[in-house]
Amino acid sequence: MNILGIDTSCDDTSAAVVGNGRQVLSSIVNSQVSIHHPYGGVVPELASREHVGSISSVVDRALQQATLSIDDLDAIAVTIGPGLVGALLVGLYYAKGICFSKRIPLIGVNHLEGHILSVFLEKEVPTFPFVVLTVSGGHTSLFHVKDFGNYELLGQTLDDAAGEAFDKVAKILGLGYPGGPIIEELARSGSEDKVHFPRAYLEQGSLDFSFSGLKTSVALFVKEWRQSNKQHATIKVADIAASFQSAVFDVLVQKIVEASTRLGVSCAALVGGVACNRALRECVKQATLEKGIRLYCPRPQYCTDNAAMIAVAGFHRLLNGEKADLSIDVRSKFPVENMVGAKRSR
Amino acid sequence: MIKEFKIITNSGKETIRLGQSLGSLLTAGDVVGLVGELGSGKTWLTKGIALGLGVDPATVVTSPSFALVNEYEGRVTLYHIDVYRLGNVAEFISAGLEEYLYAGGVVVLEWADRWPEILPENSIRVELSIPNENERLIKFAAIHPRAVQIIESLRA
Repeated sequence: MNILGIDTSCDDTSAAVVGNGRQVLSSIVNSQVSIHHPYGGVVPELASREHVGSISSVVDRALQQATLSIDDLDAIAVTIGPGLVGALLVGLYYAKGICFSKRIPLIGVNHLEGHILSVFLEKEVPTFPFVVLTVSGGHTSLFHVKDFGNYELLGQTLDDAAGEAFDKVAKILGLGYPGGPIIEELARSGSEDKVHFPRAYLEQGSLDFSFSGLKTSVALFVKEWRQSNKQHATIKVADIAASFQSAVFDVLVQKIVEASTRLGVSCAALVGGVACNRALRECVKQATLEKGIRLYCPRPQYCTDNAAMIAVAGFHRLLNGEKADLSIDVRSKFPVENMVGAKRSR
Repeated sequence: MIKEFKIITNSGKETIRLGQSLGSLLTAGDVVGLVGELGSGKTWLTKGIALGLGVDPATVVTSPSFALVNEYEGRVTLYHIDVYRLGNVAEFISAGLEEYLYAGGVVVLEWADRWPEILPENSIRVELSIPNENERLIKFAAIHPRAVQIIESLRA
């Protein structure tokens, strides 16, 4: 069964064809991340008109790469939320058009469910139930994944997402965008013991996260460090990057291990854009292994936003008998933990 | 007539309480423009505004930097917008964010000094700064009679 996945929920326009919810036949992401931005943010491909301009060619390229025609598709899975309404509508209406004319099923997918299920794009997959840490520019959340479509939120960030903290700290240090890869690279040549930044573990047993205090702490430190360069001459930018990164990772590692051991699962997964960070993958792998938990992590191109993961989520929804009506609408807010079974209101 | 007043908060909790008092005075069509460096407490103040607008306290108000806009259901809908990632006004408009200013809810807009022209005249301007690690200096300013009325009630 070939499913075309489409995602236009944020900056990138992406399309992919996945066979039987496992085999990626193509995955195209039209990304603008390589273009640097004066304010330290991405040049947004978010504008609906940018998606309008690229969706047709992105879908065509996905079909070409898969050496399929539109008639070979069995269904289309499209992200309907969460995200910017204007951006989401482009993907949804493109998908509706094809589904209507080709008389194939349309499946509305939650972008976060796509990330959670992105581990199923790899050969080795976790067994249910497992714990997943979704960590990106927009999210930092822990879920208990009981089955396809059955997710319990265990904890989430109370302020900034981890990826956002990377971008903002890179900005504070004058390093450019995107912050994740830049800080990762720089941290390799720095010492993480040079500056002690606070770790926000929150109250005992909490599985929530908070990164705004760390961001503020870095901002205040850098301000002072710049003013009194003599005093801190032994501290390099790379040391600050390394110290910041380790403060983020310590918390992420502690929470995923705590959640996994508390629930007694034998598998855990690390997904989302920040999961591209090799140092993070290594830290989490090591820490979970010590507790006898196997860690699953998709390859980097499936960690960042992509449509292959949307096709996977759509495949399992379709297997569960879920099809969307052509009157389906986008949802700017769309909590993934409320989508157990087929009881979706819209 | 420009009305202004300043206040110092000594913790995140105090910033939230101040936001809550402000939020309880707001109604559909009001716009709060936040100005202040990274870490100055813009998101914390917004957490309070959400509480004051009757958003369920169990709802977590998080930074909208990545998503650009987060929506919360309260007595009126709160649209929490962040233009941090945007490069120019054209991007603000093409992302459809301008529409939120006139969507019948309350808008809190972060980095409001970037393009002051996008703010409606009835906006309240809130400037946050960091005199030292634990304190936040918060300045409220308003020109339009409706906005002046709100900050006068807040001061009272």
